Amino acid sequence: MNKDYSIWKLLSQGFKQHQGWTPAWRNPEIKSSYDVVIIGAGGHGLATAYYLAKEHGVKNIAVLEKGYLGGGNTARNTTIVRSNYLWDEAALLYEHSLKLWEGLSEDINFNVMFSQRGVFNLGHTLQDMRDIERRVNANNLNGIDALALSAQEVKDHIPMINIGKNTRFPIMGASFQPRAGVARHDAVAWGFARAASNYGVDIIENCEVQGMDIENAAIKGLQTSLGYIKTSKVGCVTAGHSSVMAKAAGIRMPIESHPLQAFVSESLKPVLDTVVMSNAVHGYISQSDKGELVIGAGIDHYTSYAQRGSPHIIEHTAAAIIELFPMFSRVRLNRQWGGIVDTTPDACPIISKTKVKGLYFNCGWGTGGFKATPGSGNVFAHTIAHDEPHPLNAAFSLDRFHTGHLIDEHGAAGVAH
Amino acid sequence: MFVIKCPHCNEPREEEEFHYEGEAFIARPSNPEAEADEAWGDYLFMKKNPKGWHWEMWGHAAGCRKFFVVKRNTANHAIDGAWTLQGARAAYETEQVAA
Ligand SMILES: Cc1cc2nc3c(=O)[nH]c(=O)nc-3n(C[C@H](O)[C@H](O)[C@H](O)COP(=O)(O)OP(=O)(O)OC[C@H]3O[C@@H](n4cnc5c(N)ncnc54)[C@H](O)[C@@H]3O)c2cc1C
Ligand SMILES: [Zn+2]
Repeated sequence: MNKDYSIWKLLSQGFKQHQGWTPAWRNPEIKSSYDVVIIGAGGHGLATAYYLAKEHGVKNIAVLEKGYLGGGNTARNTTIVRSNYLWDEAALLYEHSLKLWEGLSEDINFNVMFSQRGVFNLGHTLQDMRDIERRVNANNLNGIDALALSAQEVKDHIPMINIGKNTRFPIMGASFQPRAGVARHDAVAWGFARAASNYGVDIIENCEVQGMDIENAAIKGLQTSLGYIKTSKVGCVTAGHSSVMAKAAGIRMPIESHPLQAFVSESLKPVLDTVVMSNAVHGYISQSDKGELVIGAGIDHYTSYAQRGSPHIIEHTAAAIIELFPMFSRVRLNRQWGGIVDTTPDACPIISKTKVKGLYFNCGWGTGGFKATPGSGNVFAHTIAHDEPHPLNAAFSLDRFHTGHLIDEHGAAGVAH
Repeated sequence: MFVIKCPHCNEPREEEEFHYEGEAFIARPSNPEAEADEAWGDYLFMKKNPKGWHWEMWGHAAGCRKFFVVKRNTANHAIDGAWTLQGARAAYETEQVAA
């Protein structure tokens, strides 16, 4: 890959009034056939295309996107990255991803602003604290950094948090993952797009996949809004729209699509240098580099594709945040939005072959897939290239819902993203 | 946010009063012992999750506490009707036959 972004390039462009920059990725004409087609140019789809080209030498790849690149959940999420999941299968998958995050900006020659500022998961009941002890121990056994902290230790890290007993759900302690943090979501999509494009991947925006051409239980091509495309391998990475795609292929999915909302405040001076989340009171918060408080909550409980939720969820979340941080009570909110997340019964993703030969699904990341973007793309590329799962995603096959081998991550995933 | 008219209370109320109870008319296999894993998995976990009209159950959690069925469009939250459980089955079956 041509790694042409550097301090020297920036300096020399500085002397030219920055008039010499070229577009970060190509905008090619769509071809009539590809070796592999990825549906969905979110972070996961673009990462899949990148690793297919880079690690598996696949040459003729397209990524089709019905809207604009990175306009789905990638651009709507609150960017928390962590790997402190309970069960071995999930912990190892998310840790694989966290390790890729640690070298990602260099690898794709694009600053994704990955900031390992740590994540606190608060406990408010005795049971929360027992679960935290258990999860921290499980994490340590898997070689993942994790600490169990008392309320006072939480307060030492975050002086303005209210650990008083005068709240509805007083804070009793927390788990803390120092290597966790946040990243810049748009940069992740743009960086993977640029890196994939440099390897020759065709990224086609405004191209909706409308049907699948399947013959003798094998994929032959796709009907799209830009015409028919012939291909024998399709990776479907469409997040909230995965059930719609599965239906087109005659496959049933254990997925429900829910709105998930988030909002940001006006910009403030630096006040919060870490990430705080609480499953019990349903809220989480961090501060962006622009100074906005980034706040999110749990899903709206009804299913929807409308990319908006109900106001009472915002109210509930704001109340939770103010109970944790009374000093934020007069901060004004700037923007609010929703994305459509693809939840599964065990709060774990599906990265899998299907009964249709050449058709692969990567979905079900629900409220917490941003953190997995590089790892998900990496193991999914392997799955597509070898027609066999990578050891890290073998447990996340679709048939676990028939064999009963579910991986229940509601404790670590639940409200927490 | 939308307004739902509970067929038991017969009064339009905000969605916040209700609890979403998931896809309607998921039939439990009549002879469970005879079912293969595939059919059990489908029954337990698989969802239609359509983009468009959806037959779903709601509970009037902060009202009469009864269950009922709503036909709602998941793309824009429009509601076509709400029925008691018995009434809904008849409406649903008529629609299935017509389709
Ligand atoms: C408010 C909110 C907060 C979140 N917070 C976090 C967090 O803090 N940490 C975390 O780890 N995760 C978080 N998530 C979850 C995370 O955003 C998702 O799991 C992740 O982005 C999914 O990745 P993706 O790139 O596959 O999805 P997307 O970016 O949604 O990509 C899917 C793409 O497929 C396209 N598509 C759909 N149908 C078609 C079609 N027929 N043809 C062509 N293209 C199609 C869509 O337009 C879309 O661009 C959050 C999500 C939301 C909504
Ligand atoms: Zn009622």
